[in-house]
Amino acid sequence: MNLTAPATPEPGTRGRRGTRIALAGNPNTGKTSLFNRLTGSNARVGNYAGVTVEREIGVWKLGERQVEVMDVPGAYSLAARSAEEQVAIRSVFGLDPGEPRPALVVVVIDATQLVRNLYFAMQLIEAQVPVVLALNLIDVARAQGTAPAPQRVEDVLGVPVVAVSASTGEGLAALGKAVERVLTKPDAGRSGVAWRYPHALNKDVEKLAAMVEAWSPEEAKALGRWALLSVDVEDELVDIPGPVRKAVLDIRASADSAGRDIDAELIGTRYAWLDAQDFGIRGTAKLGLTERIDRWLLHPLWGGLTFLFTMGVLFQALFAWSDPAITLIETLFGWLGRTVHDSLPPGILADFLVDGVINGAGSVIVFLPQIMLLFFLLGFLEDSGYMARVAFLVDRLMKSLGLHGRAFVPMLSGYACAVPAIMATRTLERQRDRLLTMMVVPLMSCSARLPVYTLIISALYPPSAKILGLPAPGFMMVFMYVFSTGMALTAAAVLGRTLLKGPKVPLLLELPPYRMPRLATVVRQMWMRAKTFLTEAGTTILACTVVLWALLAFPRDPALSHDYAADRAAITSNESERLSGVTSSGSNESERLITVTSEEEALAAVDAAETAERLQASYGGQLGKLVEPLIAPLGFDWKIGVGLVGAFAAREVFVSTMGVVYGIGAEEDEQSQPLRERIRGEKRADGSPVYTPLVGLSLMVFFALSAQCMSTLAVVRRESRSWKWPLFLFTYMTTLAWVASFVVYQGGKLLGL
Amino acid sequence: MTLASIPHRTLVQIDRIDGDRPFRRRLMELGFLPGVHVQVLGVAPFGDPLDLEIRGCRFSLRTAEAARIAVVAVGAGSLEAAAK
Repeated sequence: MNLTAPATPEPGTRGRRGTRIALAGNPNTGKTSLFNRLTGSNARVGNYAGVTVEREIGVWKLGERQVEVMDVPGAYSLAARSAEEQVAIRSVFGLDPGEPRPALVVVVIDATQLVRNLYFAMQLIEAQVPVVLALNLIDVARAQGTAPAPQRVEDVLGVPVVAVSASTGEGLAALGKAVERVLTKPDAGRSGVAWRYPHALNKDVEKLAAMVEAWSPEEAKALGRWALLSVDVEDELVDIPGPVRKAVLDIRASADSAGRDIDAELIGTRYAWLDAQDFGIRGTAKLGLTERIDRWLLHPLWGGLTFLFTMGVLFQALFAWSDPAITLIETLFGWLGRTVHDSLPPGILADFLVDGVINGAGSVIVFLPQIMLLFFLLGFLEDSGYMARVAFLVDRLMKSLGLHGRAFVPMLSGYACAVPAIMATRTLERQRDRLLTMMVVPLMSCSARLPVYTLIISALYPPSAKILGLPAPGFMMVFMYVFSTGMALTAAAVLGRTLLKGPKVPLLLELPPYRMPRLATVVRQMWMRAKTFLTEAGTTILACTVVLWALLAFPRDPALSHDYAADRAAITSNESERLSGVTSSGSNESERLITVTSEEEALAAVDAAETAERLQASYGGQLGKLVEPLIAPLGFDWKIGVGLVGAFAAREVFVSTMGVVYGIGAEEDEQSQPLRERIRGEKRADGSPVYTPLVGLSLMVFFALSAQCMSTLAVVRRESRSWKWPLFLFTYMTTLAWVASFVVYQGGKLLGL
Repeated sequence: MTLASIPHRTLVQIDRIDGDRPFRRRLMELGFLPGVHVQVLGVAPFGDPLDLEIRGCRFSLRTAEAARIAVVAVGAGSLEAAAK
């Protein structure tokens, strides 16, 4: 942030889209609900410059005019320690180049937590930023008997105050009128009320204010106070001019030696002033219902059971309830593909449309059921207040992994699918926590790995075999899940202490009162997430599918070992000859059907053999052969290599790709008997079997650890807003997978397995 | 006496906050200031973190950090006030 030149613009500087106002305030104030109430469905999701903090901008129709409303992330103070926290001050003071400065700030106040919320508002009031205070949750405060008197609050602070309720819609018209009044006359949103800081502190602030170019002297002083609170030897702030930083550190050092505590002076003055005011609150806050609920929900036994039940429902929803919708989408796109295929002349255009575009679109949309279900449930968890309890209950466990308690839900979701799980990392506040969670979630054993495990286990581990006295198939399946969980937790512990080592941030978690979530807010958030997934990650996934299709479909006319067209012609002519003979000799209908079936089978076999050879000759197939020396030490041959290339589209594609490679057909799934038999019977050049149980284990370990999923990488790119992190994820997971498979295979061979 | 060592559901008042500066600043900005009443309502399974009530709000802090918040019995008056 630039605190000097260019000077902060005058409030209300018009942007391209007209007047902008900001909606700011503490977390858990119902700010998002109010934003949704005001802007309806016209919001666009963007990003604050330089940080991965999402912002929403919507349009509020205020009588004749249209006002742009920007939702500022919830914060307890404008003071910041990191670039992410700086978003609050940057956006309300219009410090980002190219962004209009808000004409006013609507400060959303939780009427049940008045003083703490007003602490935030005071920082804007003393800067002479025009404000309107919205006393939200006034209905809840009244029910508790602790409602402040809006007129008293207005008299005390000297700025417009409106009591509203985002859940009932109360007071929204009055809020609109107050905003219009301040838009017309900005001074109506400013106050002459002041609180007196200690004299020594004022001297310090004036020194800083002289170094800052601001729109007004009050604003310069406010920025000076902000710098005094925020700048530190070890802060992670950006764009603080060197001289300002040095001045702050000098002032703090001399204050220290004088025995002064600048933080206590600043914060203490504000709170002492607030605590001395009468806001017309008659009644003392009782925690009441929330506390009674928490006696159960945070109870060591009942709370634990409720937690397990809630997480069980969430997981079941992702894993099982989403399934009918997923199947429907797959069926729909399969049908669409066949229809397009049949209505176009065979050739590259049809293949491109069906296998590239339609298949690609299908592989994007297929994620929607899980994404929408997860965000629907997350919305309820967040808005009800239970999410904070989840973080509270698992903090001890997650802390030992270097993760935030809120990372629990994304980690759990990772067992269903990494894509929605990575999107769910937005519930984490800090960039470092989000990145760390994103980097380890793909190691959780997602449901796309299940078909691969099933195929390999059922082909290579007969139920009669025993491992440690247990049936081998069941043992291996459980082992793979335990293994992937162990690796994910280890990766979290290692990455969190090395590459993603951040400053140790103590837990400071608000346990907000329980509230009934608003369905409209939850559904709207869910749609926004789905929309951004489709438009941003979806396009990357679609592009990758087309590239992958091209890899496996080109060159179009490879040199084939023999003439499949001739084979087909031979079968057809033989059969028709035989058929005409049969018919003339007066055969019955059933005999004719049998010959037709055998003809179809023969043709299908020729087709499968041709597809297999074409795949092997494709660039993807050549890539499989090219990487053979790399994967041979893991026990894989080049055909498995081709399967690995195909699996990049999605892990379960490995199964159907192997079906094609082995000339059985693309329709094979993990239950396919011919495919299992082929895997059991597949021989190397020297006649030894390709697949031993050891190779199977090595292959499963590879699948457990490698980043064989372009959708995951696309979503990490979207959420981290850089290519660096998906690239790192791919590199570290592939390396880990290779090393682990190498150890398994070579170690197993040494042990004589 | 610190927040980590007092019996649960006993109202005390904050006397002094130690610890590194960003954490102190954060706590103070939430209204954790000398003289303010606070009580520990309970503790999460496995003994950490704590569940606190202050100014009618609930916050959760780990015991390691709560041990840096010195408290005194309600009405004892803060040490700073006594020093002056």
